[in-house]
Amino acid sequence: MKSAVIVFPGLNRDRDMIAALTKISGTAPAVVWHQDADLPDVDLIVIPGGFSYGDYLRCGAIAARSPIMDKIRARAEAGVKVLGVCNGFQILIEAGLLPGALMRNMSLKFVCREVKLEVTNAATDFTRGYAQGQIIRCPVAHHDGNYFADSETIARLEGNGQVAFRYAEGTNPNGSINDIAGILNDRKNVLGLMPHPENLIESAHGGTDGRALFSGLLQQVA
Amino acid sequence: MTYQNHIAITPKLVADHGLKPDEFEKIVALIGRQPTYTELGIFSAMWNEHCSYKSSKKWLKTLPTNGPRVIQGPGENAGVVDIGDGQAVVFKMESHNHPSFIEPYQGAGTGMGGILRDVFTMGARPVAAMNALRFGAPDHEKTRHLVSGVVAGIGGYANAFGVPTVGGEVEFDARYNGNILVNAFAAGLVDTDKIFLSEAKGVGLPVVYLGAKTGRDGVGGATMASAEFGDDIDEKRPTVQVGDPFTEKRLLEACLELMATGAVIAIQDMGAAGLTCSAVEMGAKGDLGIELNLDMVPVRETAMTPYEMMLSESQERMLMVLHPEKEAEARAVFVKWELDFATVGKTTDDLRFRVMWQGEEVANLPIKDLGDEAPEYDRPWIESKKSSMLAENDVPQMDVADALLALIGGHQIGSRRWVYEQYDTLIQGNSLQRPGGDAGVIRVDGHPTKALAFTSDVNPRYCEADPYEGGKQAVAEAWRNLTATGADPLAATDNLNFGNPERPEIMGQLVGAIKGIGEACIALDFPIVSGNVSLYNETNGKGILPTPTIGGVGLLPDWSQMVRIAFAGENQVILLVGSPANRGSHLAQSIYMRDLFDRKDGPPPPVDLAHERRTGDFVRKLIRLGIATAVHDLSDGGLAVGLAEMAIASGIGATVTDITTADPIPQFFGEDQGRYLVTINLDPQGEEIVALWDEAKALGIHAPWIGSTGGTDLVLGDARPIPVSALKAAHEGWFPKFMAGE
Repeated sequence: MKSAVIVFPGLNRDRDMIAALTKISGTAPAVVWHQDADLPDVDLIVIPGGFSYGDYLRCGAIAARSPIMDKIRARAEAGVKVLGVCNGFQILIEAGLLPGALMRNMSLKFVCREVKLEVTNAATDFTRGYAQGQIIRCPVAHHDGNYFADSETIARLEGNGQVAFRYAEGTNPNGSINDIAGILNDRKNVLGLMPHPENLIESAHGGTDGRALFSGLLQQVA
Repeated sequence: MTYQNHIAITPKLVADHGLKPDEFEKIVALIGRQPTYTELGIFSAMWNEHCSYKSSKKWLKTLPTNGPRVIQGPGENAGVVDIGDGQAVVFKMESHNHPSFIEPYQGAGTGMGGILRDVFTMGARPVAAMNALRFGAPDHEKTRHLVSGVVAGIGGYANAFGVPTVGGEVEFDARYNGNILVNAFAAGLVDTDKIFLSEAKGVGLPVVYLGAKTGRDGVGGATMASAEFGDDIDEKRPTVQVGDPFTEKRLLEACLELMATGAVIAIQDMGAAGLTCSAVEMGAKGDLGIELNLDMVPVRETAMTPYEMMLSESQERMLMVLHPEKEAEARAVFVKWELDFATVGKTTDDLRFRVMWQGEEVANLPIKDLGDEAPEYDRPWIESKKSSMLAENDVPQMDVADALLALIGGHQIGSRRWVYEQYDTLIQGNSLQRPGGDAGVIRVDGHPTKALAFTSDVNPRYCEADPYEGGKQAVAEAWRNLTATGADPLAATDNLNFGNPERPEIMGQLVGAIKGIGEACIALDFPIVSGNVSLYNETNGKGILPTPTIGGVGLLPDWSQMVRIAFAGENQVILLVGSPANRGSHLAQSIYMRDLFDRKDGPPPPVDLAHERRTGDFVRKLIRLGIATAVHDLSDGGLAVGLAEMAIASGIGATVTDITTADPIPQFFGEDQGRYLVTINLDPQGEEIVALWDEAKALGIHAPWIGSTGGTDLVLGDARPIPVSALKAAHEGWFPKFMAGE
């Protein structure tokens, strides 16, 4: 299995993501600087969290327009799996790989806490490690995770199994519509989510609920 | 443009620069002529209280700063302590009080940025942050605005930079109404053979400017920070710097990348007094002169004068001396990170600090004298008056359950969740204990078992009542909080926040606190390796509570042995380790007296340092042996609050009825020092517990069995049982309601 972690200036959970992929797969991912000429031939491309370009425009907007995103878009169209977490999710939305928008949290404050997630669609390459409807623990840490889309888009996402994760048990931390925490593209090879499964993968983190996302994914693309 | 460098230096101009007439005379005597306008600015930057420590230096010298693990004590950007395996922890705490009061978001954010820069300037990657915040009374008109701005500012900076905030303090007191305190702490990890210092070496080498461009923000900031506030504070808003955590994050990565190339000889961040202070320090430490050419300084505003460039406190900037043959390689690193890189000067052998601008020499000063000859004062001081003990029968009565619910849901003890959920507490994936316990704990990345513990402590109301005992107590409490996780306390940083030192009673507080801190540090082998002094914390002549904040760092050899404050199970024995024979008796200066009866009289509880050390070492041993299952030290609110916090953290109740027959109030709410609540999983009737008591007795430590865990209520003596859910609701309720204005 081969994976790559894309790094833009200002991202800061790249090290957490690299550690998670390495610990779970036994192999370190390729680390690709956004200006590198080549995007290696991999099965999984990950855009980690952070504050690309300081989030000084809309979150993810500047990174979404950088040349490497054209390459990532082409790979996604060719079926390569793409995972965006937190700022990575915001970048995928700004780049048009996923629909909708991520607005400022309803509290208007940054929020870092543990929430519960329902695995809304376990029949995808990303979520196969979980049972349908399983409730898992997962931390969030973001300022702009309030997912929104027009009602037609929401109906399509819901009807088409494109909602991968939903905040459960009243733990929606940001006001997202339909408690949406993570969504897939139509083809279900691109996943974006606000929570950080990479920060709950070993006993030292106080739990391992995030692990199955990576282990399920990495086994398939082996 | 014309720049009037040679203007008449009037007494008013001197005073506007925060310099006293005799200080100005000293300058004239040192350089043998009137200074130029630029030179006056440079002197004011170097000789203000913030940069020169002129009032505190005499007393700071008395603090213990050495120890077998200390690699670098005070004097560099941060202290460095050996943690074995060729690794070291680098840490410091620093205040950003005045800017945060004037502009809370930017003031607190740049305070965080400054301390992070101090740590990575030494080659360390920041791995943990804390902040100690003190605000005015909850009902003061500015308090909520300041809390919300400061917390958002710290979060905005630290979260984007990517360091977990693992601990801190938030307190309210009317004495901070006009002058809040924002003390920021950061720690980083470095290999002991890759530590970078600020001492320049070698003549004719390039002095390189790195990072963000220079603007007019913060001009005169350090001088502003060295004066009292009056009614004109809003006019000082332009002296507050504006933070850019995105640039700081790039600067971190670029600096660490550059250091790995071997190009860096010396490095100094531009903090207070910016380019002036960093250039002078690098040269003076290395016995070298520095020549700067301001035409090469990257600027973001037009028509900046030399005076402004020398005094700007624009953030996210570094100054380095580089190996000339590596300059191209170094430049490539900074180009990659899209940061400015400019050779702005060179080292010289003439010990002069020369500043050139548009072909003119605008300053030419003796570099060593700028630092070394700064005034040092032995300011007059008077010892703080000691208050007499409260009469033994002076115990205001209240129902124990009512008192506990009021305190646990009050502003002093109420949960700080509203604050710390705005901080990223888990980034980097190493946080083992996040805010809410006795200390924050992180794993040492890459090591299988080691972890570091961090705590920040001071009790300003104790310091007000007795600065010496308060200083001792602050150190002891930090040491105790580290111990309570199972860590070996290593060393500390001090952030001394006081009023105007020109008033003998304030100077007396500073002297008393430093004496107490020093004594405790010696007794506990807990040296001070870095620190910061913030004086003139006054508004319209009214000083803050004396607040010597202590940031402590400890090392856990094996984090699998770590304990937390939450009860670990039902039916476990609760011991009060370090208890006096009467369990507890000291009510003066307790929050029971202050918050429930508005009483602020009497002395603070004394700390017996020898007993403190024996007790802590014994508790740590119980933790390491796996006998202790949960540990919490007692502080504000005494035994009742300590038990409630352990119950709330676990959701498990406790029955604590084995108290003495004396008045329960001092036993439950007294703040006697050196006590820990320890739960153990031993049979209370068995031989092992007898052996434990025998060992404690031999050490002179009292460790009575006061009750057991279990159930859903907290039962204290004869008081009505309180459901843990009710305690939790009260505890979690105060902060959100306060901030919502309810």
